[in-house]
Amino acid sequence: MYIIVVGGGRVGYYLTKELLEAGHELVVLEKDQRRARQIADDLGSIVLARDGSEGKHLAEAGANRAAIVAAVTGDDEDNLVICQMAKHHFEVPRTIARVTNPKNEPLFKHLGIDEIISPTRMALAAIEQDIPVHELLHLAQLEGGELELLEAQIGADSPAIGRKPSDIHLPDGCSLFVLIRGDSAQQIRPETIFQTDDKVLAISRTECAVDLRRELIGNGEATAVTTLAGTR
Amino acid sequence: MRVIVVGCGRVGAGIAERMAREGNDVTVIDISTEAFTRLEEDFPGEAIRGDGTDEDVLRRAGAESVDLFLALTEGDNRNVLSAQLATETFKIPQVVVKINDPVRAEAYRELGMATICRTRLLVDALARHVGLSADPGAEGVAMPTTPHVHADDAPTAAAVAGEHN
Repeated sequence: MYIIVVGGGRVGYYLTKELLEAGHELVVLEKDQRRARQIADDLGSIVLARDGSEGKHLAEAGANRAAIVAAVTGDDEDNLVICQMAKHHFEVPRTIARVTNPKNEPLFKHLGIDEIISPTRMALAAIEQDIPVHELLHLAQLEGGELELLEAQIGADSPAIGRKPSDIHLPDGCSLFVLIRGDSAQQIRPETIFQTDDKVLAISRTECAVDLRRELIGNGEATAVTTLAGTR
Repeated sequence: MRVIVVGCGRVGAGIAERMAREGNDVTVIDISTEAFTRLEEDFPGEAIRGDGTDEDVLRRAGAESVDLFLALTEGDNRNVLSAQLATETFKIPQVVVKINDPVRAEAYRELGMATICRTRLLVDALARHVGLSADPGAEGVAMPTTPHVHADDAPTAAAVAGEHN
């Protein structure tokens, strides 16, 4: 399969290397002369020191017989133009664009680019998986750091929703004392039932924050914070 | 008429000035505040620093409600991205894109965009000056013969995001 890779930065370089190892025929367009020479030194004479967004350079590279054009420069606008020229001018069956600004993805798809690679979105997704949406907020340290004042927000999947303070299992040394619901603060009473979006203020021994999180927020995936209830 | 001009170079500043003086509501966007020194001190329009290829910046400049959008930076590809955001995402009725590379200019005209190609205009002017025949295609802003690629089905950005391929 004949593939044209435009952009010889790190993404383009490793992509090219992998594709060569997989036995594909390809050419790389890299407009920076020095960078083009470096790649040629490493990977052989498969590099054209040309700007791939110029129609005539794509033509020189054989765009009319390419099965795939992959535009992986660091600039979204260049990748867009390269793919559109490839698709509409050279009728390349498959175009792939690297997109840095995730907001450009819908437009690029809308304009007919077949495949979008978004390093930003991939990194975001990986990060968001690891970070719960709601956290326990540490508001203050008390008693020289032995105790902490914490705020937990009850999210939609908190295990505390619909429970009363007595249903929430907290160790000694951990006390839920005020609930903020809407704009008003209220005492947490035995008959209080926790709801989504409640904020619960708690005072806890530092080492009990883990229990607080488990009971009010959940185990970390989606998180809600809730509960702390009862307890006195 | 409400107008956005992306790129405050000599051309961008020039047309922004003239349109603003004629009573239009003009916003100029440029990535560098220094570029705004090209505007007269009493420029009656608005100047916003930002990247004209960034949807959020365009929205801040009021792209949702303008009548005319001119993409006039020094980068052909930046202009193309900016102008297609204007057409497809913001549905601006009149968009003109400056593309100095004649090959790309022609390709985007065929894709349905109103283009202006400095190279072609200058070559034509000089050619006529030295007595060569005029280039019939060098007529100022080249109007497209077809609507922009997807102008008809024009889904919203959110709907597009859900599509595959």
